[in-house]
Amino acid sequence: MSAVVEVSDAVVAYGHRPVLGGVHLRVAAGEVVAVLGANGSGKSTLVRAALGLVPLVRGRVEWFGTPLPRFRQWRRIGYVPQRVGAGSGVPATVAEVVGSGRLARRGVLRLPGRADRAAVAAALDAVGLAERAGDPVATLSGGQQQRTLIARALAGQPEMLVLDEPTAGVDAVSQAAFADALAGFARDGGTALLVAHELGPLEPLITRAVVVHDGQVVHSGAVPAPAGHHALPDHDHVHPHGPQERAAGLWGAAP
Amino acid sequence: MSLFAYDFMQRALVGALIIGLAAPALGIYLVQRRMSLIGDGIGHVALTGVGVGLLLDRSPVLTAVLVAAIGAIGVELVRERGRTSGDLALAVLFYGGIAGGVLLVGLSDDRSNANLMAYLFGALSTTSRGDLVMIAVLGAAVLVTMLFLRPALFAVCHDEEHARVSGLPVRALNLLLAVTTAVTVTIAMRAVGLLLVSALMVVPVATAQQVTRGFRATMLAAMTIGFAAAGSGVWLAGQAGTALGATIVVLAIAAFAATALGAGLWRVLRRRLAPATPLPVAGDPPEVVLSYLPPE
Repeated sequence: MSAVVEVSDAVVAYGHRPVLGGVHLRVAAGEVVAVLGANGSGKSTLVRAALGLVPLVRGRVEWFGTPLPRFRQWRRIGYVPQRVGAGSGVPATVAEVVGSGRLARRGVLRLPGRADRAAVAAALDAVGLAERAGDPVATLSGGQQQRTLIARALAGQPEMLVLDEPTAGVDAVSQAAFADALAGFARDGGTALLVAHELGPLEPLITRAVVVHDGQVVHSGAVPAPAGHHALPDHDHVHPHGPQERAAGLWGAAP
Repeated sequence: MSLFAYDFMQRALVGALIIGLAAPALGIYLVQRRMSLIGDGIGHVALTGVGVGLLLDRSPVLTAVLVAAIGAIGVELVRERGRTSGDLALAVLFYGGIAGGVLLVGLSDDRSNANLMAYLFGALSTTSRGDLVMIAVLGAAVLVTMLFLRPALFAVCHDEEHARVSGLPVRALNLLLAVTTAVTVTIAMRAVGLLLVSALMVVPVATAQQVTRGFRATMLAAMTIGFAAAGSGVWLAGQAGTALGATIVVLAIAAFAATALGAGLWRVLRRRLAPATPLPVAGDPPEVVLSYLPPE
């Protein structure tokens, strides 16, 4: 299968602190790849570097066979960033936020038309928020706001979805709605790359798991079974979020 | 309406109405980005431009536009880098702007206190026909840009990273917003003064968003409120002989207070009238929740 995105030998550093040390990642068309790892492992940085949001110190990224600096067909990618809520300083309706997802396809200088409205409606339907289209996004629950951002990515009718922690802190109903939306997207031939802390109801959809640990890819293949204290029934999922954190082997990687 | 028989009052009215429409149309994007006070800072910087103009015996409005635009682009570059020191860099720029302005105005031949006050607090009734044409042309340009580019500016101010991955020209749009902020500040300086410019950009938006649900509705409502406050402000200032800029801003804030009070009362009233609060909306049947609990 042809590669949708290929990251080769990626090195990223924040200041003098190395975050990624020469990582390779290739996602072929039709794959649903989960990037797993502990907080601070570099899994988010890997995806952000692939999108050009973090500069590479070394290495290269290709999207659909085009090197990132020359890549212009952004409409082929739908991105869901990691952020708290979908609101901002001014009220916006759910449909207005999702409508932003059409800009990649329509361009800056054209006004929205019938095709745009239909795509927004379809995307809202796919995440189960069709009835909330006219509501202010800030009045939705955290999970519904996250689904709004996923609908925004789907509205552009992309070939590839890139999702940064789409299920972090999201209630079970929203996780289920998201899993349905992602399953539909994959069934229609879509490719997906998602960063996750844990997979929950997404697990059956994942075709390959990549585990990042200490800025290195340490596993690529089947979703690893939770290892160590992570597998214990009384594990309470509290992870420190310190920048110096070097938590070991949460996903079965060698400590 | 004999008051508006005077030429200078007509010019004041036209100028104020244009600014009343354009300032909130731009200000909504600054509020959306949670940078409500940036207009105030750019106003400080514009004063240096006024000083340069008076010193060089050029049109102070023109030099103020140029210096404010340079300042706004500087602010945008600091913001883009996302440094924590950005806060301090802005403070230095703003106070440098106002100190430089006072210094330069003092060095010019035209160094009366009244002149400085006219720029700090507005003097629309002394607007010349040439000034008015400039206000009208630049105001219309700001208005058309803000309305026409609404989807793109909304996307950039709402979620910059997403906009970048959508392939939008994020940097160009940010610089455009910075330059139009500088232009709006400078044309509004004649009406409400550099120290009150920000109020006209922000207060109508704050008023509108108490009762609106969406961005488009907020924008239209804020423009209506700005237009009404400017128009009634000119009339009231003429009747009562008060300072024009301050009158417009006080009216806008009165509208804000009245709306806040009204919206609060309406919420209380609605709760009283419907005492039986329905239980949390269904749609999350328990078995759906339970089926996604991790197996023990």
